[in-house]
Amino acid sequence: MSVQVNERDGQLRTEPTRDRELLVRLRGVRKLFPITRGILFQKRVGSVHAVDGVDLDIYKGETLGLVGETGCGKSTLARVLMRLYDASDGSIEFEGRDITGVGGRELRALRRDMQMIFQDPYASLNPRKTIGSIIGTPFRLHRIVPRNKIKSEVQQLMELVGLNPEHYNRYPHEFSGGQRQRIGVARALALRPKLILCDEPVSALDVSIQAQVLNLLEDLQEEFNLTYLFIAHDLSVVKHVSDRVAVMYLGKIVEMAVGSTLYLNPKHPYSGALLSAVPIADPDLAAARKRIILEGDVPSPIDPPSGCRFHPRCPNAQFPKCSEDEPELLPHHPGQVAACHFPLEDRAIIETPAGG
Amino acid sequence: MGRYLIRRTLFLILVLFIVSVITFVVFVKLPAQDPAIRAAGRSPTPELIATIRAKFGLDRPLYVQFGRFARGIVPWPGVFLDEQVYFSYTNHVAVKEEIYSRVPVTATLALGAAVLWLAIGIPIGIVSAIKPRSIFDRGGMVFALIGVSAPVFWLGLLALYVFWYKLQWLPGSGIPPEENMIQAVMAGRFILPWFVLALSFAAFYSRMVRGNLIETMSEDYIRTARAKGISENRVIFKHGLRAALTPVVTMLGLDIGILLGGAVITETVFNLPGLGQYAVRSLLNSDFPAIMGVTIFAAFFICVANLFVDVAYAFLDPRVRYS
Amino acid sequence: MTVPLLEVRDLRVRFPTEDGVVKAVDGVSFSIEPGETLGVVGESGSGKSVSFLTIMGLTRSRTAIIEGEVLFKGEDLLRMTNDDIQEVRGSQISMIFQDPMTSLHPFYRVGVQISESIRTHQKVSKQEGMEQAVEMLHRVGIPRPEERARQYPHEFSGGMRQRAMIAMALSLNPDLLIADEPTTALDVTVQAQILDLLARLKQEFNAAIVIITHDLGVVAEHCDQIQVMYAGKIVESGNRHDVYYDSHHPYTWGLLSSIPRMDEAAVGERLKPIKGLPPSLIFLPPGCAFHPRCPHRFDRCEREVPALIPSDGHHASACHLSLADKERIFKEQVMARS
Repeated sequence: MSVQVNERDGQLRTEPTRDRELLVRLRGVRKLFPITRGILFQKRVGSVHAVDGVDLDIYKGETLGLVGETGCGKSTLARVLMRLYDASDGSIEFEGRDITGVGGRELRALRRDMQMIFQDPYASLNPRKTIGSIIGTPFRLHRIVPRNKIKSEVQQLMELVGLNPEHYNRYPHEFSGGQRQRIGVARALALRPKLILCDEPVSALDVSIQAQVLNLLEDLQEEFNLTYLFIAHDLSVVKHVSDRVAVMYLGKIVEMAVGSTLYLNPKHPYSGALLSAVPIADPDLAAARKRIILEGDVPSPIDPPSGCRFHPRCPNAQFPKCSEDEPELLPHHPGQVAACHFPLEDRAIIETPAGG
Repeated sequence: MGRYLIRRTLFLILVLFIVSVITFVVFVKLPAQDPAIRAAGRSPTPELIATIRAKFGLDRPLYVQFGRFARGIVPWPGVFLDEQVYFSYTNHVAVKEEIYSRVPVTATLALGAAVLWLAIGIPIGIVSAIKPRSIFDRGGMVFALIGVSAPVFWLGLLALYVFWYKLQWLPGSGIPPEENMIQAVMAGRFILPWFVLALSFAAFYSRMVRGNLIETMSEDYIRTARAKGISENRVIFKHGLRAALTPVVTMLGLDIGILLGGAVITETVFNLPGLGQYAVRSLLNSDFPAIMGVTIFAAFFICVANLFVDVAYAFLDPRVRYS
Repeated sequence: MTVPLLEVRDLRVRFPTEDGVVKAVDGVSFSIEPGETLGVVGESGSGKSVSFLTIMGLTRSRTAIIEGEVLFKGEDLLRMTNDDIQEVRGSQISMIFQDPMTSLHPFYRVGVQISESIRTHQKVSKQEGMEQAVEMLHRVGIPRPEERARQYPHEFSGGMRQRAMIAMALSLNPDLLIADEPTTALDVTVQAQILDLLARLKQEFNAAIVIITHDLGVVAEHCDQIQVMYAGKIVESGNRHDVYYDSHHPYTWGLLSSIPRMDEAAVGERLKPIKGLPPSLIFLPPGCAFHPRCPHRFDRCEREVPALIPSDGHHASACHLSLADKERIFKEQVMARS
């Protein structure tokens, strides 16, 4: 599924991306994990279509939100972008350079520009290393800073993220979840990367701590002119931090829009379902939504449905079009694209924008 | 599952092959008296020795010699440990015959001890798990330490001394050749060997059951079971133990598999004519066909036990499926 | 005046540990009417789960010190014998838990586990138990229930497992169902399905439901009454309108201000998190446990523990601020966001 770049570019580059440079460009990216069977020699009998044809542009200085449920491929996409996995197909461009197949020294250099913050603050830090050592590792690996200056750099970083620099020699288990996440942020920030991929950075935290970490990420973005790819399953968190939001389903992007547009006028029924399902801490607003309750469970990416992948669960599906024809991403409101043959009407979920 | 079994069987043959190669190489490298000389009896003449050497195939190149043994690895009736090659250097009997006549002894010893160590170890483990850090638990810990530290030969000799020599409650070592296994068991000849062999295993299993059960009892599904209003006993036995014992079954299969290859020390102390005793004698006599035969036989049993245990696991734990 | 289904009076649960005594539940009193839906909201360490586990008699620690009264239909659950409380559990009060994958026994078929629940309390044959289990699976919306009942938990998806847990919990028509974080481990669309299911079943089975969660969004749509817990105490309780549109406790204000808002008007706005960290349950701050993090504290807050005092009808809060101040601050600071 290819996309007419020029057409889309015009539509997409409205606020907030209009005047920004392109940082990352993904075209036709696929990641398939093989499933094998065999007696002695394993033969490939199928694949998990984790990411199945994604085109994405990320502009400098923006926060692009990526939202979806289990099996949609958002985490895999991030890892392919970070080159933690090799893409099975497609191209990845960073700052205009093709990085799809780079390795060795070039890949290591790339790591200075792209970093990742992980979901589980309890599992992503090595329990046997002090946090000073953890945060200092990027400096040691890339040899940018002389050894005797590393400690002071690390302590500066700790202050930046709201940690006490005197705790340099403590171990991860001595910190709370929120503090550990700050350690992860400090580590990611060490080499002043251009792009930070945040993979569910606040999902495992308590509500009041979530807010602290989200504010921190916002402040750091301003101070260091960072670009974020923010992945989460919680639509309200994603909407809050993102300039634009992309919705993924079964390895493909089904809708992309500016946050407020997605909220008011979702076009893809799946986005509509997410919107009507997300818990809202406001009883009147929550009750005023129209409901789209999906049937069945989130499907497995091993054998994706034919045509539009969402058709088995879609309340709007019409046959045979939806089961035979895969829809393309088409423009709707300014800055919005959605892949659906029978998109939702405006204001399908939220009737009035709430306020006051 | 079928594909899995085929794959495992192929691996089994591979393992037996590797075992035989290693055994052969070790035997060749170790200095030992020329078996032809040993077999020849007193004051052998050079011609006699040469004749015997030709008969045993010792004059051929090494790989040819190995080749003769290799054929007997395959666990197929008629081929396995064939009598032509696997013929004892020392007592002029087919190795296969010797092994088969000794298997009942080793099997009785191993299986009887297994029943005993399960009967002792599991209850101790359960009680220790239900009342952690209580006096029962600490007693169980002491029992485990003793059982695991006491060397089998020391225990065996001590047992013989106390129960046979001093108290005269039980018969001493050895099995008279006219008795079959049933008679031997009825005569009480296996009681001391069973206890001595079982003790260290019982200790180990009690700790394992204790650890597994404590871990299982802290799982979420136990909390759910209690929330359903099920009695605590049923929670422990039907829910907890069912999950905690699954690894025990695995260990049991492996341990029995190993013992069936010969519980060497126990058999020696109690002079039981089993595979272990045979293995030791063959080693001392440098009786290569016998050594090879016993080693292959034991390896075969261990592989089969491994396979059995893995398959059993798939029945016990529905999450495990082999393709 | 109806007799409350469940009445908890001054429940306290303490766990002695090496570092000191953990005061997990520190004087909790509330009641639940028949057929009511109660939402209990709090973060980790608030005592919300421990309270209800203790009510069910499921606190495992041998050394736990439990005080207070828990009256269920007039009888004190805390003073029942083991046999009696086992009778109550599963048949009159049921509980479902957060992670349906680990909450079902992996080695037994789903139908058997549901049937076991039934057969523990009623004299029915295995066959009948299985039939009833299949019927329950059908009622919770699982397609092809006869087939599904013979499967193992790992063959179910997350949402289906939670449905199976609900089926098990409702199989004996209990008066009260306690759901401890029932949707936290589930995807958002599945979450909506499960909450809808609970609402529907509540009507059908005429049961009271308690939803324990850290998510203020989950209780907004589904609960009549809401309790907010902090450091082992209830700091605010009231109905939906009270808690979201007229709340009277700084912690609730803090929670509401930390949550990203979905509405249009809140675009680009900064979150206002609560400063600091939750307190240690061993060394609780003197006076009001929330005062170190409270932007509205004054000297009385450090000295005196505020009691949970009703301001009207069911709306109560544990805070020394005057009612007038509470209403003023709420309007200025919290509602001003929208």
